[in-house]
Amino acid sequence: MKQKRGKTMIKTLAAQIKEYKKPSMLTPVFMILEVILETLIPFFLQSLVDDGVNKGDMGHIVFMGGIMVVLAAGGLTTGILGGVYGSRASTGFAKNLREAMYNNIQTYSFSNIDKFSTAGLVTRLTTDVSNIQMAYQMLLRMCMRAPVSLIFAMIMSFVISPRLASIYLIAVLILAVILMIIIKFAMKYFMQVFKKYDDLNASVQENVSAIRVVKAFVREDFEKKKFANASEMVYSMFLKAEKVLSFNSPVMMFTVYGCIMAISWLGAHMIVAETLTTGQLMSLLTYCMNILMNLMMLSMIFVMMTMSAASARRIAEVIDEKADIVNPENPVMEVRDGSIDFKNVYFKYEKKRTLDDIEKEKEMGVKRDSTFTEEDRYVLSDINIHINKGETIGILGGTGSSKSTLVNLISRLYDVSKGELLVGGINVKEYDLETLRNQVAVVLQKNVLFSGTIYENLRWGDNNATDEECVRACKLACADEFISALPDGYNTHIEQGGTNVSGGQRQRLCIARALLKKPQILILDDSTSAVDTATDARIRKAFAEEIPNTTKIIIAQRINSISHADRIIVMEDGRIDAVGTHDELLAGNEIYRDVYESQTGGSGDFDEGGE
Amino acid sequence: MAEQRGPRGPRGPMGRGMRGGKRVENPGKLFVRLMSYVGKKYKIQCIFVVVCIAVSALANVQGTLFMKTLIDEYIQPLIGKENPDYSQLLSAILRVAVFYLAGIIAAFAQARLVMYVAQGTLKSIRMELFNHMESLPIKYFDTHAHGDIMSLYTNDVDTLRQMISQSIPQVISSVITIVSVLVSMIVLNIPLTILTLIMVGVMLKVTASVAGNSGRYFAAQQRDIGALNGYIEEMIQGQKVIKVFCHEEESKEGFAKLNEQLFDSADNANKFANLLGPVNAQLGNISYVLCAIVGGALAINGVGGFTLGGLASFLTFNKNFSMPINQVSQQLNSVVMALAGAERIFNTLDEKPETDDGYVTLVNAKEENGTLTETAERTGLWAWKHTHQADGSVTYVKLTGDVVFDDVDFGYNEEKQVLYNVDLFATPGQKIAFVGSTGAGKTTITNLINRFYDIQDGKIRYDGINVNKIKKDDLRRSLGMVLQDTHLFTATVMENIRYGRLDATDEEVIAAAKLANAHSFIKRLPDGYNTVLTGDGANLSQGQRQLLAIARAAIADPPVLILDEATSSIDTRTEKIVQEGMDKLMKGRTTFVIAHRLSTVRNSDCIIVLEKGRVIERGPHDDLIEKQGKYYQLYTGNQVQA
Repeated sequence: MKQKRGKTMIKTLAAQIKEYKKPSMLTPVFMILEVILETLIPFFLQSLVDDGVNKGDMGHIVFMGGIMVVLAAGGLTTGILGGVYGSRASTGFAKNLREAMYNNIQTYSFSNIDKFSTAGLVTRLTTDVSNIQMAYQMLLRMCMRAPVSLIFAMIMSFVISPRLASIYLIAVLILAVILMIIIKFAMKYFMQVFKKYDDLNASVQENVSAIRVVKAFVREDFEKKKFANASEMVYSMFLKAEKVLSFNSPVMMFTVYGCIMAISWLGAHMIVAETLTTGQLMSLLTYCMNILMNLMMLSMIFVMMTMSAASARRIAEVIDEKADIVNPENPVMEVRDGSIDFKNVYFKYEKKRTLDDIEKEKEMGVKRDSTFTEEDRYVLSDINIHINKGETIGILGGTGSSKSTLVNLISRLYDVSKGELLVGGINVKEYDLETLRNQVAVVLQKNVLFSGTIYENLRWGDNNATDEECVRACKLACADEFISALPDGYNTHIEQGGTNVSGGQRQRLCIARALLKKPQILILDDSTSAVDTATDARIRKAFAEEIPNTTKIIIAQRINSISHADRIIVMEDGRIDAVGTHDELLAGNEIYRDVYESQTGGSGDFDEGGE
Repeated sequence: MAEQRGPRGPRGPMGRGMRGGKRVENPGKLFVRLMSYVGKKYKIQCIFVVVCIAVSALANVQGTLFMKTLIDEYIQPLIGKENPDYSQLLSAILRVAVFYLAGIIAAFAQARLVMYVAQGTLKSIRMELFNHMESLPIKYFDTHAHGDIMSLYTNDVDTLRQMISQSIPQVISSVITIVSVLVSMIVLNIPLTILTLIMVGVMLKVTASVAGNSGRYFAAQQRDIGALNGYIEEMIQGQKVIKVFCHEEESKEGFAKLNEQLFDSADNANKFANLLGPVNAQLGNISYVLCAIVGGALAINGVGGFTLGGLASFLTFNKNFSMPINQVSQQLNSVVMALAGAERIFNTLDEKPETDDGYVTLVNAKEENGTLTETAERTGLWAWKHTHQADGSVTYVKLTGDVVFDDVDFGYNEEKQVLYNVDLFATPGQKIAFVGSTGAGKTTITNLINRFYDIQDGKIRYDGINVNKIKKDDLRRSLGMVLQDTHLFTATVMENIRYGRLDATDEEVIAAAKLANAHSFIKRLPDGYNTVLTGDGANLSQGQRQLLAIARAAIADPPVLILDEATSSIDTRTEKIVQEGMDKLMKGRTTFVIAHRLSTVRNSDCIIVLEKGRVIERGPHDDLIEKQGKYYQLYTGNQVQA
């Protein structure tokens, strides 16, 4: 099975070579030409020595020298071309890999994104790709060059003297076996040591982010001891791995020197017997170095390929991931109205894990069972409700009562597990995704602004919105008041993540951005939590007056934010506990009354609301 | 929720660090300091390494020289002889075998020694770095991005490894080879030596100009990588928003543009980098050919007694000469990179650790006949041991948890003051709640009590003792903290709770978990108390993490507690459980709570209302309500917009 996965992984990656097939083919060709030209040089050198120097023929020396210069020039040309195409092929391949991943990520549904995590995706797009780029270039330039060079030098040696060349052959075979053994062991140890090393660094990371805990409990010495132990462990494992590796160069040297001595001895006899010339002996010695160098190179390539296999696997995983929410065939392109029907809806998160996660879990001995991960539990059960067009619905419930999950189903960010969900009387699965999501605007709980001006951020809602429309939306969301106070007004540049505006301002901008879609359904998922109560009230009022026909669903912690809604849904443990108006619920629902009482007349959060 | 591990940098010893090049100041001094680390523990080993390098380099040169002797003195004279006598040749080969053997042994010894030196040095640097980091004030962690701190361990230490174990030995070996080869070449033939030197000059010149050009492109590549990675990070983080706004196409477009840009500059940079290899190799070949032609002419004419064997050796030297020169120029690059890393490491090591001039210590005490005496065992009764500096006499003060702020001013930096003239007092066993809007300074005040930060003006007294006089460790040991963000460590649940008191028995841990209401959920975990938590407890819910933090504080059993209630609400049922846990923990202790929940505030003995760094109101709930001030506004929610 592992074999099979490796095969499909290579297939996935190879498919991304695309327009860089030509340079990918040409690179090894030029590298092989270069190597042939380069290997020929000692051959002519021998002729130069034997027929030129020995016979005192200056003309021959110059002639042979000339040929060698031409060969060198050829080697230079092909070498440069190999370099140029190698660069084109590898950087182009990297570009295509990034693009393939990025474009596929754009098709991901929420559950696909959850699977990989943000940091995971970023690593795959950056570090992993540059690992592969380096490995690919190495592969193209060296993987053909080294064996060809080796074989060619071997052939040349055999041409000169089969008897002496067979010494090389034996030496190469023995050395190859020894190198393989060394590398195999070294790699095994290195892989272990890298894991430990990663763990060590992870524990540093843990310490850095938990430094307050460490200091509050005066655990500096404890942490130091822990680190010293881990550090000692890494140290001794590194030594173990490197000890194996330290045999590498002596073994190499032993072989090279052994060959030189054997050939000198045997060669001398052959020269005396006039079956070999001194020039040939010199060429042979040159080839000897050449052959063994290439063997070393091959072992390096092998190591590098093994090291980058993990990156390749991670990249292929992103490219191969299938989006689990896609457009239906013959989609419905229009949302008739903003009514919503939940019919016997059940939902559970299908927590998918990446190969890395699975490996990590195995290693840590993490056991999975339902009480721990709650993965097999429905987080929404038996949801039945009809929401009228233009109605304002409030949703209340503690974290973990699946309020967000409930509303995320409406714009099909997740698909229901059982039952059906209708918007405008039609099952959401039949709509064109873009049509549906443009008509159902969600202001997510974890909302993000992007770097760019306020205008640019607002126009995410509607690319063609005029300045006036933007300002109107901001007025509705009570954002205009602070924007116009900014020195650059609507052209103020928002930093990445919106860090240069306060939490409440960010929320209001996000609401304005959603309003610009002119949606039939507007969903605010705890979107005014950092807005003070007075402003919150004004936003609600503006909504009621300005967009009466839009269905509004408001999730909030503060009773104040939803008490004026037409109906309020009280959620508890993934079920609808009660539905009703404020007064009805206050009279008849325990949970609602509890929350209300704990917030008697005011905000339960003392620090929120201030800006 | 849990902090995700950021994109991993190049990992392990085979990775290559690539970070934007700011010029290293004073590389000589850095180098000396770095070497002093190596030399401190490994002086003898270092000397041996240099000897080994010299031996193996010389053995290599000697081996090359042997070819001349072999051909000239042992093979040529044998040609044409009736009964050639090979014994001379054999003994010559055996002689050189000794050299080779010495070389091999030296190479092996070198590899082994360098391994110990490099790994040992790295270990001590890593540990010194970590130990120093643990001693740094919180302020350091506030002002340095965590990613930057991490890259000290991941990238910078790795580049040092590269430098110590590879670059430096290589440079030494290259220099020895260059010198000995040069001497041998001069001995063999001066005109050819000059020719070789000229060609090496050409090579260096070409290398420099190619490197200069590629430097430009590499800078461009670096810039484009930065731009693309920035875009990727921002977009992937906002991926869900992209989906919600159907912005996929625009996001792809922006990506494609930056991706194409990076491809262009990366292609150019790589192209130039790839040029160096073939250019130098072929220039080397041409140098070789030129020497062959000129040397051939010299040998034919027998100029200066130059022989065929001499030419053979010389040609090998010619190759052996240009190779180490190229190596040195390549290694210099990684040395510069490593020095940049060393600079960042040393800068961190030079950061000033937390100052601690305190001399009052915390001891277990027992009370006999109204006087406190120090005792070794845990009695549950604590005392401050105050050794008076004037006469060396010792007095004991009972730890009760009496905290007084007297006109305290504070700012995180010089420019921006955060707290102004704060006065407050808590008598033993009281519960003090801080309320106020974000940025009012609630968390700051609690961070001053345990001296995470030092105040600029005023005094904080703890049981009548100025906190500056109390040894920091003892001060913090007397204060339990439950922070808003619960940080858990990669370890079992048991060990995570035991973090509060390392010598606690399993039974005590379980008792603390029960007190914190954490026992029932821990029991349901797959391995109970032995369940391993990973990734900052990522597989636990927020509420469960909080319960663990409470248990951790409970086992520490401190006389004074600082609680930072979590802002984000958890579901009503868990919240009740957490609340109960907290209440049990607070019982009988002086407690400072940064409160977000009404029930907590209402049950406090005293409420401190903060605004913009000042205490504006204080008193029990009922008094403050009556007063109809800011607290009343907050409480009733009738906020007037500022």
